Amino acid sequence: MTELSPAIGDQRIALVDLLDRVLAGGVVISGEVTLSIAEVDLVTVSLRALVTSVSALMENHDDR
Amino acid sequence: MAADSRCVWLYAVTDETAAPPDGELTGVGADPVRPLRAAGLAALIGDVDKREFGEAALRRNLEDLDWLEQTARAHHAVIEAVGTRCPVVPMRLATVYHSDASVLTMLQDRAADLRDVLSRLAARREWGVKAFAAVPDPGPNPGPDPGPDPEPPGPPGDREDPASRPGTAYLQRRRARLTTRTNAREEAMAGAQAVHAELSRLAVSTRLYPPQAPGLAGQAAPMVLNAAYLVADARADEFAAMVNDLTGRHRSVRLGLTGPWPAYSFAGAADTSGERR
Repeated sequence: MTELSPAIGDQRIALVDLLDRVLAGGVVISGEVTLSIAEVDLVTVSLRALVTSVSALMENHDDR
Repeated sequence: MAADSRCVWLYAVTDETAAPPDGELTGVGADPVRPLRAAGLAALIGDVDKREFGEAALRRNLEDLDWLEQTARAHHAVIEAVGTRCPVVPMRLATVYHSDASVLTMLQDRAADLRDVLSRLAARREWGVKAFAAVPDPGPNPGPDPGPDPEPPGPPGDREDPASRPGTAYLQRRRARLTTRTNAREEAMAGAQAVHAELSRLAVSTRLYPPQAPGLAGQAAPMVLNAAYLVADARADEFAAMVNDLTGRHRSVRLGLTGPWPAYSFAGAADTSGERR
């Protein structure tokens, strides 16, 4: 986890912006997608992953 | 890769003449990207391993931030590489097909819609603008306990002033701090609306995203605007200059500009409301 911390300043910011777009933007082709991934609420999934991860990083940081 | 262990990841659709050659780009799972042509269009696809990108694996992997980041960046890199050269219709992350045949069917069925989007996005790129409430100096922290009033005691006639009693003065300072914060937030919301209105005038189309949670955006201040603007390439400099200018004019917000992006936020047919021609 330690090596991820410096990335919060720049790379993490870009990741949040990127996830806004690739998960909530782009063309959604439902019905024809045979793997039915379009049914998954991708935005919720990603935010849950992101919030969990970022708060874990912050806790680590505070503990130091 | 054996046919039964692979599935097909779809990145984007372009005009068939603009598609990059087979294997020029590398995408998710470090797998090469190839064009699949039909109806004058090209689907940019990659053969990926079902064990990592099949339905069950995807559900699991999308919860893993490191995997999600890698995959989102790889997906984006392909779309970006093509999008800087020609109009591109980006697909949402994790658009996966069983086979080439099902991608071909999709291309043929949706050719007219995809052509419309391609022509709408020609010579236009997406820019992102985020606004954060500018945090004013809230004054000294009132502290957890009402200490003695720091003001020198006034003449005896002023003793009736409640502010001269330490407990009351503490509450007043605390209230003033809260009021300052609330006012700053309201001013920032108004500032963000004004900024959005000005920027919209330079954009072909706009889209508002929910504000990112504090911390996620790397900022403690609340985000009051998270917007995407589809801007003609010819007006890109003007747009950036306007963001700069607005930064100087609206002190209640701090602005951040990202882009240009492939037009993720404007690729869907449902996202054309508010379009200006």
